[in-house]
Amino acid sequence: MTKRVNTTKMAQFGSDAFAAKSFWHNGPAPGASYNFPNMRSSSGEEEMQRSQTPITTGTSVLGLKFDNGVIICADTLGSYGSLARFRDCQRVMKVNNNIAVGVGGDYADFQYLKRVIDQKIMDEHIADDGFALKPKALYTWLTRVMYNRRNKFDPLWNNYVVGGMQEGVPFLGAVDLRGMAYQDRHIATGYGSYIALPLLRDAADKNPNMSLQQAKEIMEKCLEVLYYRDARSFPKYQMAIVTAEGVTVSDVLEVKSNWEVAHMISGF
Amino acid sequence: MAMTEGANRYLPDYSSHPVQHHFSPYSDNGGSIVSIAGDDFVVIGSDTRLSSGFSIHTREQSKLFQVSNSTVLGSTGCWCDTLTLTRLVEARMKMYEHSHNKVMSTPAIAQMLSTMMYYKRFFPYYVSNVLAGLDTEGKGCVFSYDPIGHFSRSDYRAGGSAGALLQPLLDNQIGLKNQEGVTAAPIPLKRAVAILKDVFISAAERDIYTGDGIEIKIITKDGVRTESFGLRKD
Amino acid sequence: MSSIGTGYDLSASQFSPDGRVFQVEYAQKAVENSGTAIGLRGKDGVVFAVEKLVQSKLYEFGANKRIFTVDSHVGMAVAGLLADAKQIVETSRSECADYRSQYGSNIPLKYLNDRVSMFMHAYTLYSAVRPFGCSAIMGSYDPIEGPAMFVVDSSGVSHGYYGCAIGKAKQSAKTEMEKLNLANMSCRELVKEAARIIYLVHDELKDKAFELELSWVGEATGGRHERVPKEIFQEAEKFANSALEDDSESDSEDA
Repeated sequence: MTKRVNTTKMAQFGSDAFAAKSFWHNGPAPGASYNFPNMRSSSGEEEMQRSQTPITTGTSVLGLKFDNGVIICADTLGSYGSLARFRDCQRVMKVNNNIAVGVGGDYADFQYLKRVIDQKIMDEHIADDGFALKPKALYTWLTRVMYNRRNKFDPLWNNYVVGGMQEGVPFLGAVDLRGMAYQDRHIATGYGSYIALPLLRDAADKNPNMSLQQAKEIMEKCLEVLYYRDARSFPKYQMAIVTAEGVTVSDVLEVKSNWEVAHMISGF
Repeated sequence: MAMTEGANRYLPDYSSHPVQHHFSPYSDNGGSIVSIAGDDFVVIGSDTRLSSGFSIHTREQSKLFQVSNSTVLGSTGCWCDTLTLTRLVEARMKMYEHSHNKVMSTPAIAQMLSTMMYYKRFFPYYVSNVLAGLDTEGKGCVFSYDPIGHFSRSDYRAGGSAGALLQPLLDNQIGLKNQEGVTAAPIPLKRAVAILKDVFISAAERDIYTGDGIEIKIITKDGVRTESFGLRKD
Repeated sequence: MSSIGTGYDLSASQFSPDGRVFQVEYAQKAVENSGTAIGLRGKDGVVFAVEKLVQSKLYEFGANKRIFTVDSHVGMAVAGLLADAKQIVETSRSECADYRSQYGSNIPLKYLNDRVSMFMHAYTLYSAVRPFGCSAIMGSYDPIEGPAMFVVDSSGVSHGYYGCAIGKAKQSAKTEMEKLNLANMSCRELVKEAARIIYLVHDELKDKAFELELSWVGEATGGRHERVPKEIFQEAEKFANSALEDDSESDSEDA
């Protein structure tokens, strides 16, 4: 059954490329001119490109639960290897009224999956049935998407941090490029797992029920330290806050940094 | 002379070769499981640390999956494979339940798990499984697996990152191997739990992939009871 | 029309000697048995209204809706066999998704109309299939291009309109629309008129119960297709009812 190779490739960009095959699939596919099943001659073969490397990348993503919500932060740098190439790569995303996602790793892969997610949300809105995607559902779905791609040796080179409110309770989970996933009160990916995670753990242990304001302050501190120590980081960042009231993604904010210790370094 | 030597120095940042990231589908996320069966019970415990390399992702990751009222599956290794495999086991058990109108017995799950693992013989689930439960006669049983589906039943088993470290300890303490003048007697629940805690404490001393805490599930004819116990967090 | 096919009406892939495709005409009959659906295109958007006939009191209120959101900016009101219509809606939805995935923007209604028309037309060409027993009004709003509205029927033919009606009372509905200066009216005004027309053309003697469905897409909704909010809906319904009363009073005066 290789006749529909061409149309399935198109359908891949359709509403939900990762969903199960449709129950009935003999009809014309979107974008194809409407010919009837089996009447079109089969077209050329497909070439496969597998196992890529990340090109334009984002660094750490931070996530933290507080007493009645979740915060997700990431800076806006798109690195091209060691070159700080794009300064406004926003990678904190509002999914719907109760989910926000932060993404690290390959920016193109993120943009691809963002479009799939956006269409998913659109489909849900269109269905008009009053249901909305929940954070745990998106997290689990991401797990499957990433795992299926790793099985094809063609991973989406990303780390996803999903934050949201589910049945009134804050949710925070992470998924990596293999589909490895876990939930915790605090999450930091990439370089942040070495530098920010200990700070987050320490803060959360000392203050198990922190307020939004306290959580914000810790996040800002983590971003500042990351800016000092992570060579692929940037002082501009975004912060998404999810509470029962909804999701807000901030404008691009700036890290308050202090370079007084560098008084010996001058001339540039 | 010195110049030519200098040119051969290893300076990765200045090398002109493109750096090729090689993708490996597997990761070792660590974790250990120990299970001990008695005449009318079985205990299974796992640590709660999820890590890769020198990083700890979370200190609170359960690796025990209660798949029925009398069976618990412990699974560690490549965590993404564990997640997939356990979800598949749960789905297959539900299908069995719906078509046969009964819950799968522990030995049936054991066989099914082997089949599912072998199905991926040439792209294996890189996991170490220990299945603990009560068999159809109500006796405790432990099944352990290799990543491609070989399995065997035993009375006690250690698996995962500290498996090789702990198995000889269990052989000695529970199997009474290399001991003189001892008579084998059925192990009481209390002693099984005590040994389980002790061996995990030992594992946490030597294995960096084992630590933070243990989750213990005690399976008897009355169902499954959960206990937790702290381990060193470094 | 001699409605006897004399053997030429069994397949959509065969013409009659006088150049007709009977299967398509029969499909159009199915549309004419359905409750009326209208679309009004004004200066700042499109309004849809449907006379949804309720066959049984046992049906849940709001069940079997006949206005659909096809994409964020596209609405569709249908008449005819609902199951057939739902396939059109699904096809339209995937066309919108496909367009967005390729071009990263909302599909212009003109293109959607082309694609949907082609799809429906394909079902009039082969003996193995039957044409769709439904007709669809699609409407959208774009901040730059303004409002747009098209109707596609069972044959796959489509036209753009300012005011259109499909279903059993399409004639009298169109007569009402001709009295309005649609192109210069706002959505707020059109909602009232749409409700009035549906109430007016509803035949109380032949069909008893019906539910009014109202939706719009335009400047007022920020370019999104939405059901008309409760307050505005009630206001429109009130307007329709009082217009009807006035109408019947003046009728009795004349008599």
